[in-house]
Amino acid sequence: MSDITTQNLKDIVDQVKSKKISSVELTQSYIKNIEKGKKLNAFVTTTFEQALTSAKQFDTKPNFEQLLPGIPLAVKDLFCTVNTKTTAGSNILNNFVPTYESTVTKNLWDNGAFLLGKLNCDEFAMGSSNETSFFGNVINPVGDQLVPGGSSGGSSSALAADFTPATIGTDTGGSIRQPASFTGTVGLKPTYGLCSRWGIVAFASSLDQAGPMTKTVSDCAIMLEAMAGFDEKDSTSIKKNKEHYSKNLKDNVKGLKIGIPKEYRVDNMPKEIDELWEKGKKILKDLGAQLIDISLPHTKYALPTYYIVAPAEASSNLARYDGVRYGYRSKKGKDLIEMYENTRSEGFGDEVKRRILIGTYVLSSGYYDAYYLKAQKVRQLIKKDFDDNFTKVDAILTPSTPSSAFKIGEKTNDPVSMYLNDIFTVPVNLAGLPAISVPAGLDKKGYPLGLQLIGKTLDEQKILNIAYAFEKNCGYKNNIKKWWV
Amino acid sequence: MSLDKEKIKHVAKLARISVDDAKVESLTKDLNSIFKFIEQLNELKTDKVEPLTSILNQSLRSRVDKINDGKIREKVLKNSPKENEEFFVVPKVVE
Amino acid sequence: MSKEQFDYFVNGDQGKYEVIIGLEVHAQVLSNSKLFSGSATKFGAEPNTQVSLIDSAFPGMLPVINEECVKQAVRTGLGLNAKINNYSVFDRKNYFYADLPQGYQISQYKNPIVGEGKVLLDMPYGSKEVGIERLHLEQDAGKSIHDMDPTSTYVDLNRSGIALMEIVSKPDLRSPEEVNAYIKKLRSIMRYLGTCDGNMQEGSLRADVNVSVRKVGDKKFGTRCEIKNVNSIKFMQMAIEYEAKRQVELIESGKSIDQETRLFDTKKNETRSMRSKEDAHDYRYFPDPDLLPLKLEQKLIDDLKKSLPELPDQKKERFIKEYSLTPYEANVLVSEKEISDYYEEVAKLSDKKLAATWMLGDFFAMLNDKGLNITQSPVSAKNLAELVQSIKSGEISGRIAKEVFEIMVQSGDNPKKIIESKGMKQQSDPKELEKMINEILTKNKDKVDQYRSGKDKLFGFFVGQVMKVSGGKANPQLVNEILKKLLKG
Repeated sequence: MSDITTQNLKDIVDQVKSKKISSVELTQSYIKNIEKGKKLNAFVTTTFEQALTSAKQFDTKPNFEQLLPGIPLAVKDLFCTVNTKTTAGSNILNNFVPTYESTVTKNLWDNGAFLLGKLNCDEFAMGSSNETSFFGNVINPVGDQLVPGGSSGGSSSALAADFTPATIGTDTGGSIRQPASFTGTVGLKPTYGLCSRWGIVAFASSLDQAGPMTKTVSDCAIMLEAMAGFDEKDSTSIKKNKEHYSKNLKDNVKGLKIGIPKEYRVDNMPKEIDELWEKGKKILKDLGAQLIDISLPHTKYALPTYYIVAPAEASSNLARYDGVRYGYRSKKGKDLIEMYENTRSEGFGDEVKRRILIGTYVLSSGYYDAYYLKAQKVRQLIKKDFDDNFTKVDAILTPSTPSSAFKIGEKTNDPVSMYLNDIFTVPVNLAGLPAISVPAGLDKKGYPLGLQLIGKTLDEQKILNIAYAFEKNCGYKNNIKKWWV
Repeated sequence: MSLDKEKIKHVAKLARISVDDAKVESLTKDLNSIFKFIEQLNELKTDKVEPLTSILNQSLRSRVDKINDGKIREKVLKNSPKENEEFFVVPKVVE
Repeated sequence: MSKEQFDYFVNGDQGKYEVIIGLEVHAQVLSNSKLFSGSATKFGAEPNTQVSLIDSAFPGMLPVINEECVKQAVRTGLGLNAKINNYSVFDRKNYFYADLPQGYQISQYKNPIVGEGKVLLDMPYGSKEVGIERLHLEQDAGKSIHDMDPTSTYVDLNRSGIALMEIVSKPDLRSPEEVNAYIKKLRSIMRYLGTCDGNMQEGSLRADVNVSVRKVGDKKFGTRCEIKNVNSIKFMQMAIEYEAKRQVELIESGKSIDQETRLFDTKKNETRSMRSKEDAHDYRYFPDPDLLPLKLEQKLIDDLKKSLPELPDQKKERFIKEYSLTPYEANVLVSEKEISDYYEEVAKLSDKKLAATWMLGDFFAMLNDKGLNITQSPVSAKNLAELVQSIKSGEISGRIAKEVFEIMVQSGDNPKKIIESKGMKQQSDPKELEKMINEILTKNKDKVDQYRSGKDKLFGFFVGQVMKVSGGKANPQLVNEILKKLLKG
C-alpha cells in the first residue's frame, strides 16, 4: 500500500469509509512520520497514547456518516485542549493544562476526529516565521533551513511533512495564509465571527480567527464545515445557517468578476511574484472569469494600522498572565508587584514584550487619540475600500506574500522587516473578510509561492469554488523531499 | 515622536514587565523604529471619519439570567502555582 | 418641623468655607448570576465556589452579557429620572491587582447606559435636588484577604464579575447630613425597584467620596480628593469632616492640595494618602473587542417604565393625599418599602391617622429598642390594626392600649384576646361611671368643697382616684364630662 500519509484528507476519509484502512493503521502511520521528523520541531506535545485509544474506539464502533471519521489531527498549540498541555508557544504557559476544550476543536472531535498532538507556533501567535516560540524554531519541510512562516508555522510544517492529514491554525494578520504560501499548502481565514473564539488563547480579539490548513481546496472545505458554527459563549459569533462547503464545492467560475487591486505590490518585489499573479489571472480568465482592475487606495496603511490595533488589544488580553492563577510564576519578588514584573519578564519572549509595550503605549493617556483612535478610523477606511469594490466584483485576487520563505535568522534583527511579510494578508483581517491562500507556483529557488483570494463577508463558498477551479487548472505539486528522516 | 528611555521604563511599569538597563537600550531602538513605521498614518486626514466600533454588523447579544456556572473550585484552583484548597495565594500586597 | 437654615461650614482662621461633595456609589445589582458569566452571586458562599473559568480569566474565555443586569440598570435609571441611552459601549479599564484576574475591569467609559438624572432630598430646610451625572454597569472585583498569613495575600474571586451599577452624582452635596439623606434616598429607590438590596454591611452598597472646599462666595471649585471605599454612612460623614478640615488647614497655611486618592482609617478616624498610585489614573480605556455596542430598543425601555413599582416620591404624595398624613409622617412611612407596605396594611383595617401616629410612636420605639427591622416585627400589621381600631372605637383607652401593646410584643397574641383575657375593656357605661364617681366624691367631701371654692388643680386628683378605682379602665373623656358635671354641684 502506498504511503497513506502522502494523500490528502478527502481521499483518506474515503478510504476509511470504504474500510480500506483502519483508524489505528492510519494513526500509526502518522505517528511513525512524526517520530522520524523531530528535526522539524513542529510539535510541542504529542498525544500518541490517547490517539491510539481513540483510534481503537473508532474501529470498534465506527461511524462513517461523520465528516472526519476516525481521523487523527494535530492542532496549533493555541487551542485549549482538555487535559492536554496548551502553551501558546510561551514559557508563561509552559505547564498549563486546561480543564476545558475550545469550541472549534470540540467541533472537530464531534465530527469524528481526535487529537494527535499540539503544534508549535510563534509565541502568543505573534510572529511571521515561528522563530519566537519558547520551544524553538520550526523548520520548513521545503528545506534549506527555511522558516515555515508564522505564526502557524508548526501547523504548516507538519502538514507539508505529512505529520497530520490536515490541521487548523489561527490568523490575526496572516498567520494561516502566509505559512500556507511558504509551504505550498492551502490555508483559509474565515469571515470574522464564523468560527468561535471560545477557548482559543486570545491575541487580538477583533482580528483573531481560527481556520483550516490543508493540502487541497476540497480538504479545506471539509475542515471548514467541521469547524464553523455559531457559539453562544462567544459574543462575536455570527448566527447563521450551517453551510455544507464540501458538498457544494463547484469548480465553476464562468462569469464571475475577479478584482485585481493595483496597490498589492511592494518596492523591490521579486519579479516572480508578479509573474505568478499574471499566471493566476490568466488561468481564471481562461476559465471564463472576468478580470477587473480595482483600487483599494488605503492598502499601504493597513500594516501600520494593524501594528497599533493588534498590540493594543494584545497588551490587554495578555494582562491575565500574571502568575497568580495558572502558568509560570517567578520565584523572585518580595511583593505582589515584583512578582508580576518578574513573572512577565521571565515568562514572555522579546517579541511579545515589544508588542505589549507598543500596545500599552498607544492606549496610554495622551496618546490614545493620536494612535488607537486614529487607527480605528483608518480601519474604517480600509473596510470601506473593500465594501465599495465588492459591489463591483465577486472576489479579489492578490499574491499571498511579497516573497517566498526566507532563511531562519534572516529577519530576526529588524522587527519592521519581519512585519512586512504580512503586507498582503493584514488588510483582510482589518476588514473581517474571508480569504484563502492557494499554492500557485515555485520561485527560481524552487520555493513555494501562493496566491490569495479575498471574498465578501460570509462568502466562503465562493472563494473555495474559485480556488478549487484554480487548483485544478494550475497543476501545482509540492516537491518536498523528506530530508529530515 | 521619539521614545526616550524614561518613557519606556514608565510604559514597562504600566505593563508590569521589569526591564533592566541593557533591555531598555535594545527596546528603545526597536520601538522607535516600529513607531516610525506606524506614524505613516499621520499622512491621512481622518477628522470626518467615524472610528470602527465593531467589525460585525450586529448588536450585543445577551443571555438569560440563570445560574449555570461556578461550583468548580477544584478545577479553578487546579493550575495555581501555590497550592491551596480554597484560595489563590500571592505574595503580600502592601497598601 | 422647624425650617432650619443650612449651616454646615468649616470655620477657618481666614474665613468660612463651604464643602463640596460628590459621590460615586457602587451598588451591586440584584440578579441570579453575574454580569458576564453564569456564576451565582449570593453573599457568603465558601471561597471560590461561585467562580467560573470566565471569572478567573483562563486563556480563551469570553464574556456574554446578562440581560437582567441590563434591565436592572435601566430600571434604576428610570427611578433616578434619568435619560436612558439607547446606545452604550463597554470599555476595558486596565490595571493590575490580585483580585482583578483579567488585568482589566469591564466597565463603561464614554458611553454609559444611563445619562443625567436627579434625586430629591427632604432636608429640614426644604427640598433639595441632587443631580445625577450618569449610571454605568461594570464588573465587581474579587476580595483580597491580607490578614490570614504574614507573608501572603489570599484571593477569593466569588465577588469577581458580579454586576455593579456605578452612580455618579454631580458635586451638589454640601454637608454630611445631605450625604446621609442622599445615600438613604438612593438606597430606598433601589430597594423599592428591587435592583439592589443596599446592604452596606455585606458590601452591596459602597461609595467613593469626592471632597473639596472653597471660601463662601467663591465660584470656582477647589482641588478635590477622592476617599475610596467607605462602607458605612457614619464613616463617610467622619471622613468628610476630617478631610474638609484638613483641606482648609492646607489652604490657610499657603500650601496646595494634591489631587489624590485617599483612604479613611477607621481606627484613627482620619484620611490618608494611598501608597504609590501615580499610574493608577492611566487606565488605558478602550472599547472591549470581545463585546459589541449595546443597543436598547425604545420599546424595552418603555415597557420597563410601565412596569415600574410606585417609587418613594410618588408614594409620599399619595400618602399625604389619600391618608391625610403630614409630609413628615409620609416621609418616614415611605422611607422603606417594607414600612410603607406594613403601614398600608394597617391603614386598610383601621383609622389611617391614628395608625400613623402609633407606628411613628410606640411601634418604631419598640423596634429600635429591640434592634429589629420591620420585617422582624413581633407585632403583625393585622394585629396593630386591631389595636388601633379598638382605641378608635373606644373599646380601650389610649393608656390601656400601651399596656396591651406591650403584651402583644411579648406574646404575639392579638389584642382582642388580650383585652378579653385581662378584662381590659374600657369602662364606658355612663351609669356605672357616675356611680363610681359619686362614691369617690362622697369619700372625699372635703376636697370637693375645696375644688368648688376655687382649687381647680384638684380636678387631677379626682381623675387620678377614678383611674385608681377603675384600674385605669375608665373612659377618660366620659370621666372628664361626668366629673365636671357632678363637681359643678
